[in-house]
Amino acid sequence: MDNNLIVREVANLFLPIIVLFGLYVQFHGDFGPGGGFQAGVIIAVGVILYALVHGLTKTRQLIPLRVIRVLMAVGLLLYAGTGIATLLLGGEFLNYNVLGSDPLTGQHVGILLIELGVGITVAAVMVMIFYAFAGRGRE
Amino acid sequence: MLAATAIALVYLRSLFVAVMLTGIYSLLSAALFVLLDAVDVAFTEAAVGAGITTVLFLGMLSQVPSRPEHFRELNLRIGPLLVALVTGAALIYATQDMPAFGDPNAPANLHVAPRYINDSKSETGMPNIVTSVLASYRGYDTLGEVTVIFTAGVGVLLLLGRPRRRPAEERDGQ
Repeated sequence: MDNNLIVREVANLFLPIIVLFGLYVQFHGDFGPGGGFQAGVIIAVGVILYALVHGLTKTRQLIPLRVIRVLMAVGLLLYAGTGIATLLLGGEFLNYNVLGSDPLTGQHVGILLIELGVGITVAAVMVMIFYAFAGRGRE
Repeated sequence: MLAATAIALVYLRSLFVAVMLTGIYSLLSAALFVLLDAVDVAFTEAAVGAGITTVLFLGMLSQVPSRPEHFRELNLRIGPLLVALVTGAALIYATQDMPAFGDPNAPANLHVAPRYINDSKSETGMPNIVTSVLASYRGYDTLGEVTVIFTAGVGVLLLLGRPRRRPAEERDGQ
């Protein structure tokens, strides 16, 4: 689809908006609908749109599979690490009350951290699955 | 409309149209979830079901021959149809005993739901109850879900991630 001018330009126009919307869903999930899972999917959709328009090779240069593989684990470790942190701070596993000076701040920090972990893992896994499917039979 | 899409899906021969119809089915389900006030679920359904799944299916379609040679003839068999109809009728009959949709006195709504609705704002400071339940009260479950997604990703990576072996190597391996 590399030579399709209109598709390429419209996609370029939409890409920043998609990623921005993904970040909004990620960090506004406490107040509106959404959260880490949806945000991860939206950001992955942005990457996939880029890959569809600009080709898989270019996308893989931009976001190599190495990075994706690491990010998959980073998200999960961030989630589990938040749980370990609460343990070390004297609470139960994933009891965020101990993360801040008062329970409400702690809850806020904890939920933000684990939602971020969910988002990173989901986005990385979705992009990775797309890479695996789209790249098949091309090597 | 959901039923019409599902029936059309069963009878379709073209894989491409079938993929598009599954996307439409997901979008219709998302609209249904919005009508039921489950915005978070609708969001997920629209993004995953209608968005990513369709793209992945299309990617898969480019790997398989566009016209599979063997299409089983669709013939209407009375036996399975009868079983399906009787089971469906029994399930619909059973719903008569269920509490009405959204009934505040239903057993499912009396267990932990009142605490979520009354206290989640003061306990977690989140206006969105869905987020506070998913991320805080049921943090264990969500950790498990993320682990499932991660494991699925690792599985795909192991199965499809590496470049295909050349035929010569495959023959040597056998």
